[in-house]
Amino acid sequence: MVRALLSGNEAVAEGALAAGCNFFAGYPITPSSEIMHYMARELPKRGGSFIQAEDELAAINMVIGASWAGARAMTATSGPGFSLMQEGLGYAIMTETPLVIVNVMRAGPATGQATKAAQGDLMQARWGRHGDQMIPVLAPSSPQEAYDLTIEAFAIAEELRTPVVVLSDEFIAHGREVVELREKVEIPSRRKPRDPSEPPFGSPDPRIAPPMPPLGEGYYVIVTGSTHNEYGYRDVHSFETHFRLVKRLVDKIRLNVDKLFRYEVLGDDDAEVAIVCFGSVSRSAKQALRMLRSRGVRAKLLRLVTLWPMNDEVVRRELRSAKTIVVPEMNLGQLIYDVQRLAREDSRIVAVNKVGGGIPIYPSEIVEAALGGSR
Amino acid sequence: MGCSIVVDSRLCKGCGICVELCPARALELSKELSPSGYRNPVQTGKCVGCRTCEMFCPDFAIAVVCNGKGSA
Amino acid sequence: MSVAKHFSRKYLREEVLPTPFCPGCFNGVVMNAMFKAMEELGIEDLRNFVFVSGIGCSSWIPNPLIRADSLHTLHGRAVAVATGVKLANPRLNVVVIGGDGDLVAIGGNHLLHAARRNMDLLVVMVNNMVYAMTRGQLAPTTPLGFRTATTPYGNFEPPINVAKLLINTNANYVARWCVSNFHKLKQSFKEALSEVSKGFRFIEVVAPCITYVVRYEGKTPGQKIKELREACVEVKSISEIDDVERRGKIAVGVFKKELKPGYVELYESYASRAREASQK
Repeated sequence: MVRALLSGNEAVAEGALAAGCNFFAGYPITPSSEIMHYMARELPKRGGSFIQAEDELAAINMVIGASWAGARAMTATSGPGFSLMQEGLGYAIMTETPLVIVNVMRAGPATGQATKAAQGDLMQARWGRHGDQMIPVLAPSSPQEAYDLTIEAFAIAEELRTPVVVLSDEFIAHGREVVELREKVEIPSRRKPRDPSEPPFGSPDPRIAPPMPPLGEGYYVIVTGSTHNEYGYRDVHSFETHFRLVKRLVDKIRLNVDKLFRYEVLGDDDAEVAIVCFGSVSRSAKQALRMLRSRGVRAKLLRLVTLWPMNDEVVRRELRSAKTIVVPEMNLGQLIYDVQRLAREDSRIVAVNKVGGGIPIYPSEIVEAALGGSR
Repeated sequence: MGCSIVVDSRLCKGCGICVELCPARALELSKELSPSGYRNPVQTGKCVGCRTCEMFCPDFAIAVVCNGKGSA
Repeated sequence: MSVAKHFSRKYLREEVLPTPFCPGCFNGVVMNAMFKAMEELGIEDLRNFVFVSGIGCSSWIPNPLIRADSLHTLHGRAVAVATGVKLANPRLNVVVIGGDGDLVAIGGNHLLHAARRNMDLLVVMVNNMVYAMTRGQLAPTTPLGFRTATTPYGNFEPPINVAKLLINTNANYVARWCVSNFHKLKQSFKEALSEVSKGFRFIEVVAPCITYVVRYEGKTPGQKIKELREACVEVKSISEIDDVERRGKIAVGVFKKELKPGYVELYESYASRAREASQK
């Protein structure tokens, strides 16, 4: 076992390299740039390709091209760049292009506060593209998890032929902790069609991604972001073709929710107070949990690692006993919509929202919110 | 022997480029419509085998055959 | 004896013919020049080629018409996707085909930077002078005074001279031909696929939109080709371009032809320096 002191950004890069990433295109942006720096240093000497793109539109599209040419490809960015990359993500969804995109969240909108942590891109990560679509979103809460989830993101991308978002934030990105690095990571390569007659854009079972023909091997594959049939031919008129395609693309993620959904539960099974959180805020939330329990409050913490697709059943079950639910977020309230939807009707849902200036949500604020009103 | 033109009526859209550019004035648009509703070119004069019609046919619908051979 | 077929047909997917283009559309002529060049180069099939296009009428040239791997990408992004393809598998011949709106307006930044990098791509710009697919709006290449859906009183924005702009980048090859210059255009395709097979190669083909330019002017496609034969003047040196254009003509020719190492070659030597540095 190799242990290394890494920042969250460095851990993402180490995870990507462990997962066999051999192509990176990116554009400088705070607070994600260290991921690009790391890849710029490592990829050329390891036989991979690194390119600094002219903008984020180029970066994501280069990643898409590289993925079709057979590479394990990724990019990393932050808010404004993530906005620009939405267009390319939509194309990657429609063409079923495996790739990993890391968004290190900072305070927005617009340029906002480039160096300050935030969690305001949750809804954008889920819904940022136009049209019907769904992609997995994973949120690390430590450098260790940044490493592990980046590896996981590549595995999901390859298996399901989909872009995967790793939603980090400035606290994790620049926080430094000991990370246990794995000796060996095996991620199965995407499956090629058995022969050119096997459709590259259709699958009888929506949970299983169709095989992906790499460029240059005589498959004569037709890739298009327009609505297409299972062989890639454009069909921009028929209801059946469009509905079948987008339904399958969404079902590919939605019906794999059991496989994709990761979460952590700490504390009491029959908790009266529950804290629901993701990402770096979980660090304060865990401390708040300890504080509540030391005061004799039966409390639990539900930390979502997978932010999308959402496993409604799990969240509903975990929140069943809670009379008070605290949702601390470094935004003005996004995860809380899921909680409102899935908590029991008589529960008291308390938001703790704070964003800007690089000021974290403190454990005491969560405790206060949990006890407020019931004291 | 000379040359002759072969027109694929499935592809021809009757744009008339071949007729207008033929230096030998060997082509005319037909009076009748093709099954797809276009007036296809027909050979009415001597083809000199310059292949201008072939090169400029935007619909890949013309082939010039000289001495039984198509384009090299 | 089988019925003789047009020479381009061996490179096309029969099942998608006839083409989706308007009758007389010059896209097909551009394809003929490219395929004639390939035929003369002895290229039997296109398995080592990848065609990348964006959005627009000419972006439908490769996808799905050409029997090859092709990526029909987002509006403006073809050059970026093509860059990714080339870097991930440098063995492939990567050809971008697109229109002036796609490559120069929405995709202008990618074009400029691919040229700056001397990226190993052949970029074919079919300049039809308007946005045709979206029904005839102003393009960055629309001539002054030209009436479009968005300049109904005549265009007042001076157009961009793309080939002239790219001469001043690190591009290895820059040529412009009119669709009427079939043999010269074919020759440029041959050069850009063999003699100058590395670095950034740019071929502009002046091919006015049949529907929103040619028909609008009350001309037939054949008349337009005859007109272009007169209007397009070949220059032997780039110093003559301005003079030709001052006379209201279209300067055509091979404006630049160099054999500098392309991006792939430069990256490979950079990577070997990286490996050496890490061994020290």
